[in-house]
Amino acid sequence: MARKTPDINASSQADIAFLLLVFFLITTTMDVDKGISRKLPPMPEENQQQEDVKINRRNIIVVKINSQDKIMVGSSPTDVSQIKDKIVEMLSNPTDNPNMPEKEVKAIKGLGNYPVSKGVVSLQNDKGTLYNTYIQVQNEIVRAINELRDQFATQHYGKKYAQLDEDHQKIVKEAIPQNISEAEPKDVTKGKK
Amino acid sequence: MGRFRKGGKKSAPAISTASLPDIVFMLLFFFMISTSFRQTDKLVQVKLPAATENTKLERKDLTSYIYVGAPIPSKQAQYGTDSRIQLNDSYKTVNEIRDFIAAERESISEGEREAMTVALKADENVRMGIITDIKQELRRCSALKILYVARQREAN
Repeated sequence: MARKTPDINASSQADIAFLLLVFFLITTTMDVDKGISRKLPPMPEENQQQEDVKINRRNIIVVKINSQDKIMVGSSPTDVSQIKDKIVEMLSNPTDNPNMPEKEVKAIKGLGNYPVSKGVVSLQNDKGTLYNTYIQVQNEIVRAINELRDQFATQHYGKKYAQLDEDHQKIVKEAIPQNISEAEPKDVTKGKK
Repeated sequence: MGRFRKGGKKSAPAISTASLPDIVFMLLFFFMISTSFRQTDKLVQVKLPAATENTKLERKDLTSYIYVGAPIPSKQAQYGTDSRIQLNDSYKTVNEIRDFIAAERESISEGEREAMTVALKADENVRMGIITDIKQELRRCSALKILYVARQREAN
Protein backbone atom coordinates (compact mmCIF):
# COMPACT_ATOMS: atom_id res chain seq x y z
CA MET A 1 0.00 0.00 0.00
CA ALA A 2 1.17 3.48 -0.78
CA ARG A 3 2.12 5.28 2.31
CA LYS A 4 1.71 8.99 2.60
CA THR A 5 5.10 10.64 2.23
CA PRO A 6 5.79 13.65 4.40
CA ASP A 7 6.23 17.01 2.63
CA ILE A 8 9.75 18.20 2.15
CA ASN A 9 10.22 21.50 3.86
CA ALA A 10 10.96 24.04 1.14
CA SER A 11 11.33 27.12 3.26
CA SER A 12 15.14 27.09 3.00
CA GLN A 13 15.05 27.03 -0.77
CA ALA A 14 14.95 30.82 -0.84
CA ASP A 15 18.04 30.98 1.33
CA ILE A 16 19.93 28.65 -0.97
CA ALA A 17 18.93 30.66 -4.00
CA PHE A 18 19.97 33.88 -2.32
CA LEU A 19 23.32 32.39 -1.52
CA LEU A 20 23.88 31.45 -5.16
CA LEU A 21 22.71 34.86 -6.29
CA VAL A 22 25.15 36.65 -4.02
CA PHE A 23 27.95 34.38 -5.20
CA PHE A 24 27.29 35.30 -8.82
CA LEU A 25 26.91 38.97 -8.04
CA ILE A 26 30.31 39.03 -6.42
CA THR A 27 32.31 36.86 -8.81
CA THR A 28 31.14 38.18 -12.15
CA THR A 29 32.11 41.43 -13.77
CA MET A 30 29.79 43.93 -15.30
CA ASP A 31 32.18 46.86 -15.23
CA VAL A 32 32.59 48.87 -18.37
CA ASP A 33 36.05 49.87 -19.39
CA LYS A 34 36.64 53.55 -19.53
CA GLY A 35 39.45 55.49 -21.00
CA ILE A 36 40.66 58.09 -23.40
CA SER A 37 39.67 57.23 -26.92
CA ARG A 38 41.82 58.28 -29.83
CA LYS A 39 41.88 57.81 -33.54
CA LEU A 40 45.29 57.05 -34.95
CA PRO A 41 46.27 58.62 -38.25
CA PRO A 42 46.41 56.10 -41.09
CA MET A 43 49.83 54.89 -42.12
CA PRO A 44 51.08 56.66 -45.24
CA GLU A 45 51.54 54.37 -48.25
CA GLU A 46 55.09 53.19 -48.59
CA ASN A 47 55.82 54.35 -52.11
CA GLN A 48 53.90 57.54 -51.66
CA GLN A 49 55.93 60.56 -50.80
CA GLN A 50 54.57 61.88 -47.60
CA GLU A 51 53.28 65.31 -48.27
CA ASP A 52 53.94 67.76 -45.57
CA VAL A 53 50.65 69.26 -44.76
CA LYS A 54 51.36 72.92 -44.67
CA ILE A 55 50.15 74.21 -41.39
CA ASN A 56 51.09 77.67 -40.42
CA ARG A 57 53.54 77.60 -37.57
CA ARG A 58 51.37 79.74 -35.34
CA ASN A 59 48.61 77.16 -35.58
CA ILE A 60 50.61 74.33 -34.09
CA ILE A 61 50.63 74.00 -30.36
CA VAL A 62 53.53 71.71 -29.65
CA VAL A 63 53.39 69.67 -26.48
CA LYS A 64 56.57 67.74 -25.83
CA ILE A 65 57.37 65.27 -23.10
CA ASN A 66 60.96 64.17 -22.64
CA SER A 67 62.35 61.05 -21.04
CA GLN A 68 62.50 62.73 -17.65
CA ASP A 69 58.75 63.39 -17.94
CA LYS A 70 59.31 67.12 -18.22
CA ILE A 71 56.69 68.84 -20.28
CA MET A 72 57.01 71.71 -22.72
CA VAL A 73 54.10 73.61 -24.18
CA GLY A 74 55.24 75.80 -27.02
CA SER A 75 58.68 76.88 -25.91
CA SER A 76 58.25 77.05 -22.16
CA PRO A 77 58.53 74.28 -19.59
CA THR A 78 55.18 73.62 -18.00
CA ASP A 79 53.73 71.69 -15.12
CA VAL A 80 50.90 69.22 -15.81
CA SER A 81 48.43 71.40 -13.93
CA GLN A 82 49.03 74.36 -16.25
CA ILE A 83 48.65 72.58 -19.57
CA LYS A 84 44.90 72.91 -19.66
CA ASP A 85 44.85 76.67 -19.12
CA LYS A 86 47.58 77.22 -21.67
CA ILE A 87 45.79 75.24 -24.33
CA VAL A 88 42.48 76.88 -23.57
CA GLU A 89 44.11 80.27 -23.91
CA MET A 90 45.82 79.39 -27.17
CA LEU A 91 42.81 77.78 -28.79
CA SER A 92 40.39 80.53 -27.80
CA ASN A 93 42.92 83.30 -28.51
CA PRO A 94 40.61 86.06 -27.34
CA THR A 95 42.98 88.91 -28.19
CA ASP A 96 43.90 87.68 -31.68
CA ASN A 97 47.52 87.47 -30.70
CA PRO A 98 49.56 86.86 -33.88
CA ASN A 99 51.64 84.22 -32.08
CA MET A 100 48.63 82.09 -31.25
CA PRO A 101 46.46 80.00 -33.59
CA GLU A 102 44.40 81.95 -36.08
CA LYS A 103 40.72 81.58 -36.64
CA GLU A 104 38.81 80.99 -39.78
CA VAL A 105 35.20 82.00 -40.12
CA LYS A 106 33.24 78.94 -41.12
CA ALA A 107 29.56 78.56 -41.84
CA ILE A 108 28.16 75.98 -39.48
CA LYS A 109 24.82 74.45 -40.26
CA GLY A 110 22.30 75.44 -37.65
CA LEU A 111 24.46 78.14 -36.15
CA GLY A 112 25.71 80.51 -38.83
CA ASN A 113 29.19 81.90 -39.16
CA TYR A 114 31.56 81.23 -36.35
CA PRO A 115 35.31 81.83 -36.12
CA VAL A 116 36.74 78.34 -35.74
CA SER A 117 40.24 78.06 -34.36
CA LYS A 118 42.70 76.40 -36.70
CA GLY A 119 44.91 75.34 -33.83
CA VAL A 120 46.28 71.80 -33.80
CA VAL A 121 47.73 70.28 -30.68
CA SER A 122 50.77 68.25 -31.59
CA LEU A 123 51.81 65.78 -28.96
CA GLN A 124 55.35 64.47 -29.06
CA ASN A 125 56.90 62.06 -26.65
CA ASP A 126 60.17 60.30 -26.09
CA LYS A 127 60.76 56.57 -25.94
CA GLY A 128 61.60 56.90 -22.29
CA THR A 129 58.49 58.83 -21.30
CA LEU A 130 56.34 57.14 -18.69
CA TYR A 131 52.98 55.98 -19.95
CA ASN A 132 51.32 57.57 -16.95
CA THR A 133 52.68 61.01 -17.83
CA TYR A 134 51.59 60.56 -21.40
CA ILE A 135 48.04 59.74 -20.31
CA GLN A 136 47.97 62.66 -17.90
CA VAL A 137 48.96 65.02 -20.70
CA GLN A 138 46.40 63.50 -23.07
CA ASN A 139 43.84 63.90 -20.34
CA GLU A 140 44.70 67.57 -19.86
CA ILE A 141 44.42 68.24 -23.59
CA VAL A 142 41.00 66.62 -23.71
CA ARG A 143 40.04 68.57 -20.61
CA ALA A 144 41.01 71.83 -22.29
CA ILE A 145 38.84 71.05 -25.29
CA ASN A 146 35.95 69.92 -23.12
CA GLU A 147 36.17 73.15 -21.19
CA LEU A 148 36.01 75.19 -24.38
CA ARG A 149 33.03 73.15 -25.53
CA ASP A 150 31.28 73.69 -22.23
CA GLN A 151 31.92 77.42 -22.49
CA PHE A 152 30.56 77.52 -25.99
CA ALA A 153 27.53 75.44 -25.08
CA THR A 154 26.66 77.58 -22.07
CA GLN A 155 27.02 80.72 -24.15
CA HIS A 156 24.83 79.58 -26.99
CA TYR A 157 22.40 77.16 -25.44
CA GLY A 158 22.63 77.84 -21.73
CA LYS A 159 23.54 74.23 -20.98
CA LYS A 160 26.64 72.17 -20.48
CA TYR A 161 27.89 70.24 -23.49
CA ALA A 162 27.01 66.87 -22.01
CA GLN A 163 23.39 67.90 -21.51
CA LEU A 164 22.82 69.01 -25.10
CA ASP A 165 21.00 66.84 -27.56
CA GLU A 166 22.83 65.18 -30.40
CA ASP A 167 22.26 67.85 -33.04
CA HIS A 168 23.55 70.60 -30.84
CA GLN A 169 26.52 68.50 -29.78
CA LYS A 170 27.39 68.12 -33.41
CA ILE A 171 27.35 71.88 -33.88
CA VAL A 172 29.57 72.38 -30.85
CA LYS A 173 31.95 69.73 -32.11
CA GLU A 174 32.21 71.55 -35.38
CA ALA A 175 32.76 74.92 -33.76
CA ILE A 176 35.40 73.57 -31.41
CA PRO A 177 37.10 70.66 -33.13
CA GLN A 178 39.38 68.29 -31.32
CA ASN A 179 42.52 68.48 -33.40
CA ILE A 180 45.19 66.41 -31.77
CA SER A 181 48.04 65.13 -33.82
CA GLU A 182 50.17 62.32 -32.52
CA ALA A 183 53.36 62.92 -34.38
CA GLU A 184 55.50 60.25 -35.94
CA PRO A 185 57.69 58.87 -33.21
CA LYS A 186 61.03 60.52 -32.79
CA ASP A 187 63.46 61.07 -30.03
CA VAL A 188 62.72 64.39 -28.50
CA THR A 189 65.77 64.48 -26.30
CA LYS A 190 68.39 63.34 -28.76
CA GLY A 191 69.55 66.23 -30.92
CA LYS A 192 67.16 68.46 -32.78
CA LYS A 193 66.69 68.19 -36.48
CA MET B 1 -13.73 58.37 12.43
CA GLY B 2 -14.06 55.03 13.89
CA ARG B 3 -13.42 53.36 10.65
CA PHE B 4 -9.96 52.04 11.27
CA ARG B 5 -9.85 50.49 14.63
CA LYS B 6 -6.54 49.87 16.18
CA GLY B 7 -5.88 46.65 17.91
CA GLY B 8 -8.80 44.87 16.42
CA LYS B 9 -9.28 41.24 17.06
CA LYS B 10 -8.57 40.25 13.49
CA SER B 11 -4.85 39.77 12.86
CA ALA B 12 -3.49 40.45 9.36
CA PRO B 13 -3.10 37.31 7.26
CA ALA B 14 0.51 36.24 6.75
CA ILE B 15 2.01 37.14 3.37
CA SER B 16 2.74 34.02 1.44
CA THR B 17 6.45 33.64 0.73
CA ALA B 18 6.00 30.63 -1.46
CA SER B 19 6.95 32.56 -4.61
CA LEU B 20 10.07 34.08 -3.10
CA PRO B 21 12.37 31.29 -4.32
CA ASP B 22 11.00 31.70 -7.82
CA ILE B 23 11.75 35.40 -7.83
CA VAL B 24 15.24 34.86 -6.52
CA PHE B 25 15.92 32.13 -9.07
CA MET B 26 14.80 34.45 -11.79
CA LEU B 27 17.28 37.08 -10.60
CA LEU B 28 19.93 34.41 -10.38
CA PHE B 29 19.43 33.30 -13.95
CA PHE B 30 19.44 36.90 -15.14
CA PHE B 31 22.81 37.50 -13.57
CA MET B 32 24.22 34.21 -14.74
CA ILE B 33 23.33 35.04 -18.30
CA SER B 34 24.10 38.73 -18.45
CA THR B 35 27.49 38.71 -16.79
CA SER B 36 30.67 37.09 -17.88
CA PHE B 37 33.58 35.56 -16.13
CA ARG B 38 37.00 36.91 -16.85
CA GLN B 39 38.00 35.59 -20.24
CA THR B 40 41.75 35.55 -20.05
CA ASP B 41 44.22 34.97 -17.30
CA LYS B 42 46.36 37.95 -16.66
CA LEU B 43 50.02 37.31 -17.28
CA VAL B 44 51.13 40.87 -16.77
CA GLN B 45 50.64 43.24 -13.89
CA VAL B 46 48.62 46.24 -14.92
CA LYS B 47 47.96 49.24 -12.75
CA LEU B 48 45.96 51.52 -14.96
CA PRO B 49 46.73 55.22 -15.05
CA ALA B 50 44.02 57.55 -13.74
CA ALA B 51 42.27 60.15 -15.84
CA THR B 52 39.29 62.46 -15.51
CA GLU B 53 38.03 62.85 -19.06
CA ASN B 54 37.15 59.25 -19.70
CA THR B 55 34.74 58.01 -22.28
CA LYS B 56 32.97 54.70 -22.01
CA LEU B 57 33.82 51.79 -24.18
CA GLU B 58 30.75 51.32 -26.28
CA ARG B 59 30.81 47.85 -27.76
CA LYS B 60 32.61 45.31 -25.69
CA ASP B 61 32.10 42.62 -28.31
CA LEU B 62 33.94 44.69 -30.90
CA THR B 63 36.90 45.28 -28.68
CA SER B 64 40.25 43.57 -28.62
CA TYR B 65 42.45 43.93 -25.62
CA ILE B 66 46.17 44.42 -25.54
CA TYR B 67 47.81 44.19 -22.15
CA VAL B 68 51.18 45.72 -21.48
CA GLY B 69 53.13 45.51 -18.26
CA ALA B 70 55.69 43.62 -16.25
CA PRO B 71 55.13 39.83 -16.04
CA ILE B 72 53.35 38.55 -12.94
CA PRO B 73 55.71 37.51 -10.10
CA SER B 74 55.38 33.79 -10.81
CA LYS B 75 56.60 34.28 -14.38
CA GLN B 76 59.34 36.70 -13.61
CA ALA B 77 61.96 34.00 -13.12
CA GLN B 78 61.39 32.95 -16.70
CA TYR B 79 60.62 36.20 -18.45
CA GLY B 80 62.30 38.86 -16.34
CA THR B 81 60.70 42.11 -15.28
CA ASP B 82 60.80 44.00 -18.53
CA SER B 83 57.46 45.15 -19.89
CA ARG B 84 55.76 42.56 -22.05
CA ILE B 85 52.80 42.49 -24.38
CA GLN B 86 50.05 40.01 -23.68
CA LEU B 87 47.59 39.01 -26.36
CA ASN B 88 44.96 36.43 -25.49
CA ASP B 89 46.74 34.01 -23.19
CA SER B 90 50.41 34.37 -23.92
CA TYR B 91 53.28 36.79 -24.19
CA LYS B 92 53.73 38.11 -27.69
CA THR B 93 56.06 40.41 -29.52
CA VAL B 94 55.11 43.55 -31.37
CA ASN B 95 55.31 41.73 -34.70
CA GLU B 96 52.62 39.27 -33.67
CA ILE B 97 50.07 42.02 -33.19
CA ARG B 98 49.36 41.92 -36.90
CA ASP B 99 48.13 38.32 -36.78
CA PHE B 100 46.19 39.01 -33.62
CA ILE B 101 44.38 41.96 -35.18
CA ALA B 102 43.69 39.98 -38.34
CA ALA B 103 42.19 37.15 -36.31
CA GLU B 104 40.10 39.52 -34.22
CA ARG B 105 38.88 41.25 -37.32
CA GLU B 106 37.88 37.92 -38.82
CA SER B 107 35.67 37.20 -35.84
CA ILE B 108 33.65 40.37 -36.27
CA SER B 109 30.88 40.50 -38.81
CA GLU B 110 31.81 42.39 -41.91
CA GLY B 111 29.52 45.34 -41.41
CA GLU B 112 30.92 46.16 -38.05
CA ARG B 113 34.63 45.88 -38.72
CA GLU B 114 34.92 49.61 -39.09
CA ALA B 115 33.86 50.06 -35.49
CA MET B 116 36.47 47.70 -34.12
CA THR B 117 38.31 49.19 -31.19
CA VAL B 118 41.59 48.20 -29.64
CA ALA B 119 41.68 48.77 -25.92
CA LEU B 120 45.15 49.25 -24.61
CA LYS B 121 45.51 48.24 -21.00
CA ALA B 122 48.96 49.34 -20.09
CA ASP B 123 50.57 49.72 -16.72
CA GLU B 124 51.22 53.31 -15.74
CA ASN B 125 54.92 52.59 -15.32
CA VAL B 126 55.70 51.24 -18.77
CA ARG B 127 57.80 53.40 -21.04
CA MET B 128 56.36 54.97 -24.15
CA GLY B 129 58.80 53.13 -26.41
CA ILE B 130 56.77 49.92 -26.33
CA ILE B 131 53.48 51.83 -26.58
CA THR B 132 54.71 53.74 -29.61
CA ASP B 133 55.77 50.47 -31.25
CA ILE B 134 52.29 49.07 -30.66
CA LYS B 135 50.68 52.20 -32.03
CA GLN B 136 52.82 52.07 -35.16
CA GLU B 137 51.97 48.40 -35.67
CA LEU B 138 48.26 49.15 -35.23
CA ARG B 139 48.50 51.91 -37.80
CA ARG B 140 50.12 49.45 -40.18
CA CYS B 141 47.19 47.06 -39.70
CA SER B 142 44.76 49.98 -40.02
CA ALA B 143 43.22 49.33 -36.63
CA LEU B 144 42.92 52.99 -35.94
CA LYS B 145 40.36 53.29 -33.20
CA ILE B 146 42.08 52.88 -29.91
CA LEU B 147 41.21 53.43 -26.30
CA TYR B 148 43.75 54.05 -23.60
CA VAL B 149 42.00 52.34 -20.72
CA ALA B 150 42.20 54.38 -17.53
CA ARG B 151 40.77 54.52 -14.07
CA GLN B 152 38.34 57.27 -13.22
CA ARG B 153 39.79 60.00 -11.05
CA GLU B 154 37.99 62.95 -9.58
CA ALA B 155 38.98 66.31 -11.01
CA ASN B 156 40.93 68.40 -8.57
